[in-house]
Amino acid sequence: MPKEAIIPQQPRHHLTTRLWHWTNALCLLIMLMSGLTIFNAHPRLYWGEYGANDDYAWMAVGSSDRIGYLRLGEMRIETTGFLGNWQDSEGRTQKWAFPGWATIPSGYSLADGRRWHFFFAWIFSIGLALFMIRSLWNRHIQKDLHMRRDEWRPSRIWRSLRNHTRISVIRQSRDKPYNVIQKLGYIGVIFILLPLMILTGLTMSPAMDANWPFLSDLFGGRQSARSVHFLTAFALMLFFMVHIVMVLLSGPLRQTIAMITGGHGEGEAR
Amino acid sequence: MTILTRRKLISSAAIGAGSLLTGCDALNRNPTFQNMLASAESGNFAVQRALGDRMQLASEYNIADLSPSFRANGTRDPGTSEYAASAAQGFADWQLRLTGLFSKPRHFSLAALQSLPQRTQITRHDCVEGWSAIGQWTGVPVKILLDVAGLRDSARFLVFHCADQLGGRPYYESIDLLDAYHPQTILAHRLNGEALPVANGAPLRLRVERQLGYKQAKYITGIEAVASLAGIGEGKGGYWQDVANYEWYAGI
Repeated sequence: MPKEAIIPQQPRHHLTTRLWHWTNALCLLIMLMSGLTIFNAHPRLYWGEYGANDDYAWMAVGSSDRIGYLRLGEMRIETTGFLGNWQDSEGRTQKWAFPGWATIPSGYSLADGRRWHFFFAWIFSIGLALFMIRSLWNRHIQKDLHMRRDEWRPSRIWRSLRNHTRISVIRQSRDKPYNVIQKLGYIGVIFILLPLMILTGLTMSPAMDANWPFLSDLFGGRQSARSVHFLTAFALMLFFMVHIVMVLLSGPLRQTIAMITGGHGEGEAR
Repeated sequence: MTILTRRKLISSAAIGAGSLLTGCDALNRNPTFQNMLASAESGNFAVQRALGDRMQLASEYNIADLSPSFRANGTRDPGTSEYAASAAQGFADWQLRLTGLFSKPRHFSLAALQSLPQRTQITRHDCVEGWSAIGQWTGVPVKILLDVAGLRDSARFLVFHCADQLGGRPYYESIDLLDAYHPQTILAHRLNGEALPVANGAPLRLRVERQLGYKQAKYITGIEAVASLAGIGEGKGGYWQDVANYEWYAGI
């Protein structure tokens, strides 16, 4: 009898990982879209403690005549049809920054956008905390995501990065332990980007700033925190897009089923 | 075959995104779902009150930190003839009426308010829309008014009545007694060392520094002490709470 056959097969993904993955995916999508509604209320970003219409915004979405634009510093990019000036589903011209298909609710309502955002913020934050605790406890983080010393070598990181452009390598490695880029990506999202979203979100709260004055000091002011909140949201969206491309390239059906049922794999990645 | 599945995939993704949006809009109109979303307010309120000292001060800043110009929002001029007449004489006839659950309900002129002990604070104003402005406010602590007029034990909230209207409804706001007795909760009559401008709420506006801008009622004509918010406006505690789904507790 081959030795492998008597070792009970472990699922590739822990139950905690699977539950959190889908809850988190839903929360992040809703919070991104309701967040864009909130952004539409004041589509300008500043650095520092204060910032309003008369102050210099490093980023602004606006509309002049029939043109929508995005301004980054001194650079102005025309975005008609997408940002600042677009047609809604009934063909009416709207001048909100982000279009209705990208926001929750699809018609502008700051009050409703805030309700969605804060309700799912609670689920997201509690979920993240529980996932972190459980994944330290079941050693998912130590075993599967921990970067070993030799994995930090630039040559190793570069090789792993290049492997992500080769479909054959992507397909072959789908059941293997997480590679260096995957580890960096997941660790970066779980321990840097997601906590950063929570902390910058709290820094925008006047009550939390009174409770925890270090928040504002940490980010260099409420408006800086708002900018970082927005930039981090886009970093997460970038992660999401790469993640989706990798799932599509490595066998979308198999990968999705594995994230639902647990799947099985030869590697220690779970 | 591959083309077919890819096309299928893309179109089902588009249908998925579309139905997600319609689904969200339908949920957004559902009262039960709205109540569920609104329940987060209780969590924010309880946790934000519990995390700090209940009388924790909001950060105060220096003159060097002031916004070059302090943005005005909402009503920029109440626009009534009475208001214009009062403004023309420097609000010398302005009356602040303390009504409701006070043992000694009374009126204050602007001069009478200015003769009481004053507090000056440089704080950050955070609008619900996302922008912030730092300004220096001078005014009388609300606590002093409550002590002078003898707030009754049955009072639970203060309602601030205003001279301005939005969409034909009078603006009003309310706070609970914890915020009312907070040292930084003042009725301000000066901004950045000058008489409060009309656009910023002359002659009196509320500063309740641990909450968002829509709580900072302007053009204040009266403070009503009540046991419940049920009988005021539509009973939700403020203009924006009545007309849209803004939360009464605006700590975030």
